[in-house]
Amino acid sequence: MNTDRIVQQDQRKQDIKKTRVFSKLANYKPILWFIPFAFFFYLFQIAPMIWVFINSFVYEGKWSLENYHEIFNSSFILQSFHNSVWISFWSSLIGLLIAALLVSSLRHLNSRIKEAIIAFTNMSSNFAGVPLAFAFIIILGTNGAVTLLLKQWGIIEDFNLYSRWGLLTLYIYFQIPLGALLLYPAFDALKKDAYEAAALLGASSFRYWIKIGFPILSPALLGTFIILFANAIGAYASVYALTSGNYNMVTIRVASLVSGDLFLEPNLAAAISVVLMLLLAFITAINQWLISRSYYGK
Amino acid sequence: MENSKQFVHKGVVYSITTLLLIPILATFIYSLSSSWGATILPDGFTFKWYSSLLTDPRFLDAFGRSLFICIASLLLATLLVLPMIFVVFYYYPKLDKVMNLLILLPFAVPPVVSSVGLLQLYANSSFQLVGTPWILIGTYFTIALPFMYRAIANSFTAINLKDLIDAAHLLGATTTKAFLLIILPNLKKGLLASLFLSFSFLLGEFVFANILVGTRYETLQIYLYNMRQTSGHFTSALVMTYFAFIFLSTWLASRLTRGNNQ
Repeated sequence: MNTDRIVQQDQRKQDIKKTRVFSKLANYKPILWFIPFAFFFYLFQIAPMIWVFINSFVYEGKWSLENYHEIFNSSFILQSFHNSVWISFWSSLIGLLIAALLVSSLRHLNSRIKEAIIAFTNMSSNFAGVPLAFAFIIILGTNGAVTLLLKQWGIIEDFNLYSRWGLLTLYIYFQIPLGALLLYPAFDALKKDAYEAAALLGASSFRYWIKIGFPILSPALLGTFIILFANAIGAYASVYALTSGNYNMVTIRVASLVSGDLFLEPNLAAAISVVLMLLLAFITAINQWLISRSYYGK
Repeated sequence: MENSKQFVHKGVVYSITTLLLIPILATFIYSLSSSWGATILPDGFTFKWYSSLLTDPRFLDAFGRSLFICIASLLLATLLVLPMIFVVFYYYPKLDKVMNLLILLPFAVPPVVSSVGLLQLYANSSFQLVGTPWILIGTYFTIALPFMYRAIANSFTAINLKDLIDAAHLLGATTTKAFLLIILPNLKKGLLASLFLSFSFLLGEFVFANILVGTRYETLQIYLYNMRQTSGHFTSALVMTYFAFIFLSTWLASRLTRGNNQ
């Protein structure tokens, strides 16, 4: 009799436990909605990254650093890094300066023109890749209208669009709209009062920019620079379309190692990719350090 | 003094805008000119490049394929992202920070790097993926993700999500019903704007299309690239047609977002 009661009590306790577990599980039911998203995100974003990282350390089926050795002993691959960094750095810097000039002047115009220009930059930021390369061939190619015009005026002797200067021009072109869109909100931080106060105290426009404007904007400028840099170093379509893959850039090297006609070396491509990502991480880290050092970044 | 300054600012803005406009304008003139050799101005004007483009079945096929891939991937992205963001904002608001980091990945990892892994992972899978539109739909979902997440998350913060759902619960609606009938109509503008914006990116996508699929399923950008050896006037007409679509979808996107702010 007594034992029966104990068993019953045990049973009841277990039931309570069960319902508790179930209600706890029911609390997690919304997580189920993450599963399809997580599945696709893993399949098409995370898994390829993991593959690239792991296989960059695999050489002929064995764990090794041979792929990395190959990168640092190949002047051809090192040249591609040099070219990519050179073009990315200068196109980001010049693009950023032009975009900053555009945005700072744009703020002084009336709102109708402002809106129209913003809409236009928004649109032209999509004018990149293959179509942009074709447009550049038409205007700046060997027989392009602008090339001929500049030659006639005697400004240039010759312009080779398919060289580093041609590529730099193309890169600057697609950096300007992106830089302008990213910088536009940041210029809100510049208050008119500060400019007027500085002017009242006798500061010139130049002095205002050096002492007040630039320090306030520097976190935004640095942040935009890094996005432009990443955008440029990862660009592939425009170089590929312009030079048919003949100009030596990192993305061109990586793509030709996995989808070229001969000598497929996916593991070497993976190692180059890892070095590229490390380079980006390194530059972002320097950038973050600079931002944290600046007064207005805090 | 004020006037002369205004003049300088106008000068700066207009000259930079003109610089940005030159390639687009030149392509447009080139697409309309009968021939434009080694001279500064074209010889004459014609519509023949557009008519030959619009009657080229290969162009129409490529365009159809691009439309199919873009719409399918945006549909997939909507189906995956919308419930996910709802769960984040309604049940686990703290996860928003994690998600904001996760959605940076498609930005931070260049498509060329991703395609190295994709190509090796899915080249020999039992279900044929590489060389088919399916792999593009999957990768395009990751491209659209950051834009869609940011736009929809902004719409979510703009509405009183908790109050709206609680009110619906009080009136006897289930959470699903409340989401479909109350939350979704509130998100419509933000969602549509992000869809049009993503559409204009996806229509211009070349890297994944070229490396993962190539000529096996010729999209608009691949077709454009393959046509580079033909007449420059023809490719210009092609570029301008493509640009018209970009113009339309970014215009729709900006109209929708502007309407949202008012």
